[in-house]
This record gives sequence, C-alpha cells and structure tokens, in this order.
Amino acid sequence: MGWFTTKIKGLPEVATKCPACEEVVFNKDLVKNLYVCSHCGKHLRMPTAMRVEALCDENSFEEFGSGILPSDPLSFSDSRPYAERVEKAQEKTQSEEAILTGVGSIQGNKVVLGFFDFAFMGGSMGSVVGEKIARAARKSQELHLPLIIFSASGGARMHEGILSLMQMVKTGQAIAQLSKSHIPFVSVLCDPTTGGVTASFAMLGDIIIAEPKALIGFAGPRVIEQTIHETLPEGFQTSEFLLEKGVIDMIVPRQDMRETLAKILSFFKGKDGSYHGIH
Amino acid sequence: MESIEPLGFESKIYELESKIKELEKLSDGDTLDLSEEIRKLESKLEELRAQTYQNISAWEITQIARHPQRPYTLDYIKAIFDDFVEMHGGRQFEDDHAIVGGMARLNGEPVVVIGHEKGRGTEEKIFRNFGMPHPEGYRKALRLMQFANKFYRPLVLFIDTPGAYPGKGAEERGQGEAIARNIFEMSFLKCPIIAIVIGEGGSGGAVALGVGDRVLMLENSIYSVISPEGCASILWKDVSKSDLAAKALKLTSKDLLDLKVVDQVIGEPIGGAHRDPEATFESVKSAIEKNLKEVMKVDPEERVAERFAKYSRMGVFVEEA
Repeated sequence: MGWFTTKIKGLPEVATKCPACEEVVFNKDLVKNLYVCSHCGKHLRMPTAMRVEALCDENSFEEFGSGILPSDPLSFSDSRPYAERVEKAQEKTQSEEAILTGVGSIQGNKVVLGFFDFAFMGGSMGSVVGEKIARAARKSQELHLPLIIFSASGGARMHEGILSLMQMVKTGQAIAQLSKSHIPFVSVLCDPTTGGVTASFAMLGDIIIAEPKALIGFAGPRVIEQTIHETLPEGFQTSEFLLEKGVIDMIVPRQDMRETLAKILSFFKGKDGSYHGIH
Repeated sequence: MESIEPLGFESKIYELESKIKELEKLSDGDTLDLSEEIRKLESKLEELRAQTYQNISAWEITQIARHPQRPYTLDYIKAIFDDFVEMHGGRQFEDDHAIVGGMARLNGEPVVVIGHEKGRGTEEKIFRNFGMPHPEGYRKALRLMQFANKFYRPLVLFIDTPGAYPGKGAEERGQGEAIARNIFEMSFLKCPIIAIVIGEGGSGGAVALGVGDRVLMLENSIYSVISPEGCASILWKDVSKSDLAAKALKLTSKDLLDLKVVDQVIGEPIGGAHRDPEATFESVKSAIEKNLKEVMKVDPEERVAERFAKYSRMGVFVEEA
C-alpha cells in the first residue's frame, strides 16, 4: 500500500482528525487500520478501492458493469445542472458512478460483490446504481454465487426523480428473484445507509450485517426531529440500536469483516465446495 | 356538498363563478333578464379556466393533489365497490389507521382493496396520521396482499400518502424493511395488481403499495421520489423554492406517462376531482374495469414475468459499447 503513505485522496496531508473523538490520527496508521480511528474505534468512510483491497484475496477482484453511465433524463438543474454534478463527482472519486460491482474471492470463497461509494453524490441510487445492482443479482444467479453488497448511501437520487424511486422496485425484485433461486444475499450496511436504499434491497439480506456505530435508518434524524418536535436520544438509528431492536443480524467490526464473511459463505456451500448443494 | 375551498391560483375563477350564480339568482324572475350579462361572464369564465388549467404548473397540480376536499381512498371504495368488509388485523404491533383494506366486490366480482387513507377533518386526520403509515401498516397491507394471492383475488391499490411516517417508533420497528419487504413480495404475487395514484404518491411510502401490473394515475395527482418541499430545502436550501423543485422533479401524471412509469392517466373534471367526485369515481371505476380485464386475460406466470420485465426496464442510462 505504498502509494498511500504520503498524500491520500480525500484525506488532508499527513494526518486526519477523527470526526468522532477529534483526536489526530496519522494517515498511514489510519490506512493500516482500515480507516478505523485507533483512539475511539470510529469507522470512518472508506474509499471503495481500499475496501476491495481489504476484503478480497489478492488480485481476485474483477469488475463487471463498467461503462454504464448516468444520463440526465429529467434535464434536472437546481443551483447547478445535474450533469455538472455528475462530472464533478466522477472527477473527485475517479469512479463512473456510486457503485462498483464485480466478482472476487473472500478467503477462497468466490462471490459477486457490490460496493457503494458515499463520496459519489452521497452514494445516491439513480438509474445506473439500480441497473448495476440488478445486473449483479443476475450475475449471482448465472454463476450460482452469493451476492454481497456494501451499502453507504443517502438514498434515492433526487436528480433522477421518479426513475430513482423506481430503482427501489428494480433492486428489490432482483433480490426477490435471487431469493427464489435459493442464492444467498448478504447485505452489509456501512455509515450511513438511509432512505430508498434502506427501504429496498439493503434490508432484504438473508443476513444483514452492520459496521459499528453506522447511521442506519429510513428517515434521516433531522427529518424525524422536525416531525416529532423532540431531540432524538443518543445512539438512535445506530447499528447497536438496530441490533437491539432486531432489525439487523449482527455488528461486525471492519477488521473482522473478511473472516466473518468467509465463515458465513462457507455455511452455504455444499460438500463439493459449490453453492449448488443448497437445495 | 359543502362549498369548495379555492386554491390561491384559482381565486379569480371562484369569484367569477359566484358572481354568475348571484346574477342567475337575480335573473330568476321575468322582470329582470340578465342572460346576456351571464353569457358574457360565462364565456369569460371559460377563458379564465382554460388559461388557468391548461398552463397549470407542477406546483399548482401538487396543491390540487393535496386539496383537503379531494376524494380519498375510503370515498373511492364506497363509490366503486360493494360489500366492503374491512380487515384490520395485520397481526403486528397494532392496527395502523393510515392504511385501510379488506374484501370487496367490483360489479359482483370479489377483489381485495387496500389504500392509504388521509382522513377528512382534523380529528380524523390525526386518527389516520395524515395517511402516513408505520411499518405495521405496510405489514397489514402485505398480509392482505398475500390473502388476495392465496385466494386468487385481484388486488386494487389506492395510493395517497405524503410518505411513510418519519417517526421514532417507525424507525424502531423497521420502516425501511417493511417497505422493502412489500416490494420484494409484490414482485412475485400471482394475482393481478392494479395500483392507482389518486392524490399524493409520496416516495417509498407510496411504492410499498405501488408495484403493479398496471399503475394508473389521476390527472392531478403527483408521484415523486421526494416532496417538492423536501427537495427544495435540500438542493435549493430554501423551502420557498418548492415550485421550482416541483417542476424539476417531473412529478405530474403527464411526466410519469412520458417516463413510462405509469400506464394510464385518468382524466379529472376541470379544476380537479373534488369539483365533481361522482364523475371522477365513474372514470376511475371504468379504468379499473378496463385494466383488470386486460391483465386477467394473461396467464399468472406470464403476468409475473411481464411485471418483472416492466420494472427491469425502468431507468435511463448510457451504456458504452
């Protein structure tokens, strides 16, 4: 990981202040620690490329679904045109869209993977994200491999209006199709996962995992506070809160993610090592 | 019916209407003939109506969609169906009054009807939580959908909600999961599903009742990923820009038909459904009959496949060769 030691994209020079405990952490330590603050354990938002590297066996990840690019079906413009926002986001993240999909191995277990990039317009789900998730589900079915999606998203992308809303159906039905074929879907919720992503595929995992202290909910905390006219208690809508309420299955720290996923994946395998033995 | 509350942009029309009515009253006897005057005003009214409603903005349509006198789900159920038997039991946390549903008959044929209910008048609005369901509401709806599926009854869904309720209990009980689960289950229901947006199609809270073989929309209803106010306050940082947001979001029935998200727009009386509810009920009823007849002709497996294919096509993107 030599190229990370000096200037890291999206991080200030040399050191970073933890947004939770405000302690200063050296970038090289932060990277080594998978973007987890060594002082308070806060799981910072992690660049997609690093997540792939931390999770997949070396050189095992192969992207599919590249070249599916956002258009501007509504000719949407607020203070700036949507098309311009997309360009900016692409420049900033060096990604085509808010999700990366591919096939990779986790400790020898081949899987289909999706990774949201929150840095790309808040990880919002528009037509491209919906399509890539639907194709990832299809790929899972074709290859008879489990699907794992790491979500980090503010929800549906407003700039594509109703078409974004319809991606909830598109992704939800894609998971339903997978489910009919007895192919496991593991949903990993990272900070933050809200809105139309929470209200579609992300809550449809056969197993739902969350990273520690992630903000996970349908409505954002500000909207709730404005609606009920009271301040929400500390820790409301965190992973820990949702575990307590029975909404998610487990909380897995980033350092243990790879091993835990490998363990989970092996559960679904038949004696011949394939996922065909499930039924 | 009680008098209709005009919306801001309609005030001139209503003024003129009441003036005409007054003149008609005066003109009743033989002594005073104002028919010439009335005719003039009527043609002026015609012009004014055309001006107002033909160039109606998305924001004005939003106001019609939310008009407090607009017919709600229970009004449609009462007018269109017979023998409605409401089923309250979602077998969950509690009965959610923001969603109503049950067995009913359409021209004698048994169907299952479900819809959001906003409630009329302050007291009922509070009782109905303004048509904003909690998770148990969606789970009640799901139970009724599965009930319809089990007994091979068509499903008719009425959509009219500002959105799923953003509250504490809703989050604790898994609002996101409840909506997601409905989408998941609806995509493989074998019974025919007709969904009709009758007022507000508020985001995920609407989609949870909105996966259908046919999705219809009343002319002056809206269907959107976010409310114009929500969008304006996030993207414009100014809620007074809601009119701009409404336009940008492309949330009208015409927009949605163009975007192929809905299959049919049901026309409304000029000025909106509340100006002539009976005529609206008639139009909605015949739209349900027509669409139901068509989708019932299709073999159930095929119907599910077509539904899946329809939603698979939704979305616009560029694909590099």
